[in-house]
This record gives sequence, structure tokens and C-alpha cells, in this order.
Amino acid sequence: MKFSVGLGKDDALKRLEQSGVSRRDFMKFCAAVTAAMGLGPACVRKTAKALTAARRPSVVWLHNAECTGCSEAALRTIKPYIDALILDTISLDYHETIMAAAGEPAEAALHEAVNAKDGFYLVVEGGLPTIDNGNWGMVSGHPMMKTTKEIAAKAKGVICIGTCSSYGGVQKAAPNPSKAMGVKEYTGVTTINIPGCPPNPINFVGAVVHVLTKGIPELDGEGRPTMFYGETIHDNCPRLPHFDASEFAPSFDSEEAKKGWCLYELGCKGPLTSNNCPKVLFNQTTWPVQAGHPCIGCSEPDFWDSMSPFYEQG
Amino acid sequence: MANTPQSTYTGPVVVDPLTRIEGHLRIMVEVENGKIKDAWSSSQLFRGLEIILKGRDPRDAQHFTQRACGVCTYVHALASTRCVDNAVKVNIPPLANMMRNLVMASQYLHDHIVHFYALHALDWVDVTNALNADPVKAAKLAANIAPARPGNSAETFKAVQDKLKAFVATGQLGPFTNAFFLGGHKAYYLPPEVDLIATAHYLESLHLQVEAARGMAVFGGKNPHTQFTVTGGCTNYDGLTPARIAEYKDLWMKTKKFVDEVYIPDLLAVAGFYKDWGGIGGTTNFMTFGEFPTDPNTTKSYLDTCYFKPGVMMNRDLSKIDPVDLKSITEAVKYSWYKPGDPKHPYEGVTDPKYTKLDDPQHYSWMKAPRYKNKAMEVGPLARCLVGYAQGHPEIKKTVDMVLGNLSVPATALFSTLGRTAARGIETAIVADQMAGWIQEFSARAAKDTNLCSKWEMPEKAQGVGLVDAPRGALSHWINIEDKKIGNFQLVVPSTWNLGPRGEAGDVSPVEEALIGTPIADPKRPVEILRTVHAFDPCIACGVHVIEPETNEILKFKVC
Repeated sequence: MKFSVGLGKDDALKRLEQSGVSRRDFMKFCAAVTAAMGLGPACVRKTAKALTAARRPSVVWLHNAECTGCSEAALRTIKPYIDALILDTISLDYHETIMAAAGEPAEAALHEAVNAKDGFYLVVEGGLPTIDNGNWGMVSGHPMMKTTKEIAAKAKGVICIGTCSSYGGVQKAAPNPSKAMGVKEYTGVTTINIPGCPPNPINFVGAVVHVLTKGIPELDGEGRPTMFYGETIHDNCPRLPHFDASEFAPSFDSEEAKKGWCLYELGCKGPLTSNNCPKVLFNQTTWPVQAGHPCIGCSEPDFWDSMSPFYEQG
Repeated sequence: MANTPQSTYTGPVVVDPLTRIEGHLRIMVEVENGKIKDAWSSSQLFRGLEIILKGRDPRDAQHFTQRACGVCTYVHALASTRCVDNAVKVNIPPLANMMRNLVMASQYLHDHIVHFYALHALDWVDVTNALNADPVKAAKLAANIAPARPGNSAETFKAVQDKLKAFVATGQLGPFTNAFFLGGHKAYYLPPEVDLIATAHYLESLHLQVEAARGMAVFGGKNPHTQFTVTGGCTNYDGLTPARIAEYKDLWMKTKKFVDEVYIPDLLAVAGFYKDWGGIGGTTNFMTFGEFPTDPNTTKSYLDTCYFKPGVMMNRDLSKIDPVDLKSITEAVKYSWYKPGDPKHPYEGVTDPKYTKLDDPQHYSWMKAPRYKNKAMEVGPLARCLVGYAQGHPEIKKTVDMVLGNLSVPATALFSTLGRTAARGIETAIVADQMAGWIQEFSARAAKDTNLCSKWEMPEKAQGVGLVDAPRGALSHWINIEDKKIGNFQLVVPSTWNLGPRGEAGDVSPVEEALIGTPIADPKRPVEILRTVHAFDPCIACGVHVIEPETNEILKFKVC
């Protein structure tokens, strides 16, 4: 006998019965869990209750055409740390990069989560290859575009982490060989977009917390929360005084570059880019312009085409 | 040594999604009487980055290619930057080389720590069994295998156990839902106390990796996806200040402390119970390109100045290391989802996608099959360790011998899944150790030199190659510049070497070879497949690439 333990919802026993697991089997399982927890037999009923009690909000995270950089970015969160987020705050019921299960049991976990009575929130990482009926991108033998469309339609809310799921991303750059699309573009479902390549985890976690506690935040025309993307990089750039004084670095090896002058003439896309990098920093310590490199505009839709060549003035 | 449990199952097993990796991988095996008889490694996503690069500014390549992978972040940015440096013939300043090396060193540390704990540990560690542990006994055990540290106290272990109990009691197992170890699994051998120690350190590693990545960002501008390299050098003058160097040093020291006091002891403790895996999952041939050059500009070969030296080992022969000959690389498409053609050197390659269907044994992957002198080659930590060991690299020799001695196993045990996982830890410890000197040299130089970037001009027409020995193994980027734009750009990456499909002659790839012969205890919960596949640390998004038709100009590249 094998069944998932992530079934703690109101009618869990009934649903278990429907999937061929009797009440007796379930109680046997609860006894095993209780024993594993080092508790006596008297606690079995309590365990059964806990297993069927109210849930932490369930979150399902789909990976499509992507590089996993957004998941890695999310791992760098410190407020809260990722373990507190996924162990105490939400129930991350499907995430291919960190989940223990693989193959069919992993698929089953996804199926259970997206059919749970209490519903779930969806996070999508990666764009959707749509060429050739979606055959260029498959998980569990199903095209990513199909799975994402089905699941997005059922979710209580959809958060797109990164520019790929928000708008299509790097694979959508011309000539877009796989005919990649963003989630909203393909599914028609309204999404909260947290673009960036990858985005700052502060913006992602902030959006998650807002959605869970207060609902959907105010979004701009590109689906981005205005609380994070309401100003341009340029607006808050520490090098802005150099821009205002027309003090530009002419090359990366110049004395002006060494002095930290404005990178506009070296291609900086800060004036065209809505994001909060200079205010919140990356990894709690720095950000590309501080590291002397021009902004490449990575939180703007289709920046791979619209902002490149990256080292030429926009 | 434990007897590896084995079922009597005969039939197919498919693992898809193969989780805890980067990208989308489908593993299909045929099991006969409880042992894997045949295996197919199938990559499931095609994005076409190289097609996208065509016609763009060569300076931009690093930003596109870095998005091949956000787990092995930076390595593609570096390979592309070295590739364009090479094409435009610019000598980068010594300080820029040191900065690039330090960021790479940070990537080795971060990547391997995250792999061991977040991606690989659950293949060996039963988290629920940790609930059965005695925290006092766990603390005593930890004191025997590691230096005294607050993270190994009975109180800490008790707190972790309590947290875990409360978590399990909620009934929402989140990332542990449907884990293979739930309800017990014969292939998990650790005593509860070791499970508890490893689980506590799994959680601790999630915090530590934030700091390891921050170290990378100090010079790299951010992590993942650094933004500080440019053709000709680096841009991060802010990184030359004593305050920044001190910040980096502090983060390195914390990370090194974790490596020495937690990662290595855990690796040895866990490996001690899984010595049977020293005889499972081996491959035959190994190749490494070399990494951490002291001078990337020598006309002869910068590879000779690398801390980890390049080399090729055939047939597990520890007595003979050959130099790498890049002209001997070919890629086959016979078993891939591309239109048919003979195996070709990357520069002659033709790629034309032609998807057939799932589970088609004749065409089953978006990866091509790279071969070296027609042989499948394993790349990555084990290749670096074996080549270095055979070359008599002092630190590699010393650390490998320490690990072999600690586990009381012979050097032949290195040719295995366990050896592969151990090699990753071994080189993490070595790099962490070497960084002391590298930081010191960088700091001394930064005090009197501020040159991070050299002048250069974009030629109308040029070719270049950039080699990196990334944490996952041998990586090469190739460029043809035409009319100052990218005429052709190609990536031949570690995971293509390790996890590609069969070659022209039907010969299996390293991961396929490694899987064959593996015992399977429970075909519905085939943790053994995860162990061997994860030991390669697959990065599938990196591995899939296409190559445009090209002329036979490879001989112009004199890299090695």
C-alpha cells in the first residue's frame, strides 16, 4: 500500500477511500507516523486529526523553459530564510528542484496538490515552448504549455517568478526558435509578474506574503507590483549625480570608470528599467551598477531584444 | 559492508520528472531480476540559445549563455568572456584574472555545498528516520567525527527534531511529500542519529549557502547571474577596496569553516555506511580542461598555468594521463531528436531539430552525444580528482588518500557513484583551502594596482574559444565573428558529456554506463537511480544546444 501523506484536508478520508485507501489503512499509517514521531499509541487519533486539519497555504511551483536561476534566487532569501518559508509559512507541495520525490510519486504529489479542496497558489518559473504542439518542452511526458494552462486555470493566484514566465524570456529572443511565450500570453490567465533575470528574492517573497495576507497587490501595465517596480533603476541610482553633471565613463578601463562615474554611455539601461535594485541590493550587499557594470534592463518585457546590444546606448 | 538490497523485478522503470536537478530529464531503464540491464538518458527541453545568438554583438554572448543555467551560474559567462577575449586577442590584466578566479572559487564552494545537501542528501538520508534518533547519542557521534561546534550539540539536534516532529504533525510534508523513504525503504542504511545529524545540517546548509553566494556577489555584482565580466577584463572597481576584500574574506572563512567542520565530516559519515556504493555506478574514461589559471594570456597555453591541470584518462588507467586534444571531439546525433548525419566536430556540426516521440529508443534526447576519440568521457569532480591524483597533484593526492584511508577503501572505489560524490567534497575542501592564498595575492595586488580592464578592438572577422572547467566539468564555448557580429556560437557543456544519449556506434553515455548493473530494491521507489544520476549533478538546460552548419576551420584553434 502506498499513499501520499500530504492529504490533510476536510474530506481526506473520503478522498482516500475513493483512491482505494480504507480508513483502516489510513489509521495504520497514522500509527506508523505517530510511532516515528516518538509518541505513544494514544496520540494516533491526534495524528489523524492533524493530518486532516487546516492546512498551510499550498504552493505549487512549475518549472518550464528556464535555467532554475529564479529558484536559486529564491533560495537566497533571508527574510524569512527559505526553510522558514517552506516549512512554517507555506506548504511547497511541488517544486522539482528541491522535492524529495521523483517520477510517478512526484507527479502524484502535483496531482494531489492541484486537486486539493482548499486550493493552491501557483508559481511559474520559465517560459512555454509552443512550437510543434509543445513537444520541445516536456515534463512527465506532458507538454509544459498544456500542464501550465490546466493548472493556472485552477489556481487561486498565479505568480510568475522571473522574466521567462512573465514574458517569455531568453528563449523568446529573436528568432524565438521554440515559439516561447509568457504564461499570461499563452494561458490568458492574469498573473502577478515578478520579472528580473533572476528577480530579487525580496520582490518575490514580498509578493507571496502580500498575496497570502492581503490579496493581489497593485500592478502596473506589465503585471508588476508597483511597490517593487514603481520607479526606475535610474531614479534611485547612486550614480545619478554623475549623470546630472554629465560625468560619464567612456570605457571600462578609464579613470572615470574607476571613479564610479555614470555608465550611461557604456550602455546602462537604468533609465528604461523599472526595478528596485539600487534600493534593496542583491545578496544583501551590492548590485550590478555598483559592481561597475551597466544595467541590462532584465525586468523589462523582451529586454533581450529591446535592450541589446547591451553595451550600446539605448 | 552492507549487502545492497535487490528486488526480483523484471521490467521497465521510468523516472520523469527526475527531480533535484537543473532542467528536465527523463531516465528510462530496463530492469532484469532486480538489476538495471539497460538505460536511456533523455533530455526533455530544447530552447535554441545558439540560434538566438547568431547576428548579435559578441560582447553580449555572456549574458545570453549565462542563462543556460542558473545553478551553475557564472561558468557560462566566464566561458563566453574567455571565448571573446580569445577571439579579439586581448590580454586581460592580472588583477582581473584573479577576480574572475575568486568568483569561480566561490561558485565551486556554493555549488557543491548546495548539491550535497539540497540536491543529493535525500537520496541517502531518511529525514523521517531522524525522528527516531536520540539527540544525545547524535551529539556524541558528531563529536567523534567533527570538531566541537554549537551546531552539533544535543540541544540543537533536539530542537531540529522537535521542529521536524511539529512539521510532520501538520500532515503537510511539502517538499517531502511522497519521498521514497517515507514508510521505510530497504536501500536507506543510516542509523537514526546520522539521519538526524545530516537533516540538521541540511537545514543549516540552507542558511550557509546564502552567505557563500553573497561572497560571489561581492565581486560578481549579484548571484545568481553575475554581471561584472566584460571582454578585456572586469568592471568591479568597488571590489578592489579593502572593505570589500575584507567582506569577501569573511564570507569565505565562514564557508570554509562549514566545509571543514560540517560538509566533509558528513560526507565521510554517510559514505561510511554506504561503502557498497563504492562498487556501483562507475564509468571508464575521464577528461578535464583545467581551471584557475594564473596567467590566462600565455600564447602557448593558459591551461598549463591552471591550478587544476587538464588531462585525459582512458580505461581507468591511473598510470597514464594524456594531454587534451580539442580536435578529437565529435558530436553524434544518431540517437537525438535531430535530422540524421555523421558525427562531426562541433565546428562542422549541423543541427536540424526533428522530434519523433517519447520513449523512442532510436531517437530519445535533445542532447547530442559528444565523444573524444570516439569514446564517451566523464567530466566533473571525479575526472578532476582522478586526473589530478594520477598526475601527483599534491593537494588532490593528499586529500584523496585521506578520504580513502578514512573509509578503508582502495583507490578503485573512486570509480563509482560514491567516488563521484566524494570527489565533489574533496575538491571543495581543496579549493576552500587554496583560496586563502588567492585572496592574499588579490589583496596585495589590489593595494598597488587598479587595472581591471584592457583595451581592445572588435575585429571584422575572428574565431575564439573559451575553456572552463566548471564545477560540473569540462565546458567550452566557440565563436566565429563575422562583420563584427556573432556568425556562429556554440556550447559544448559538461552535462552533454555526462548525460547525453548513445553515440554513433550505439555506445552508451557515462550516465547510462553508470546506471547499468545497479541493483533496484523497489522498482516503484527507485532511489538507486536518483543516487547515480544525482552524483553527476545534472544540468540539463545547459546540455541542450544546437550548432549551425560551419566550415571545417577547427584547425585554426590552437588552444592546447
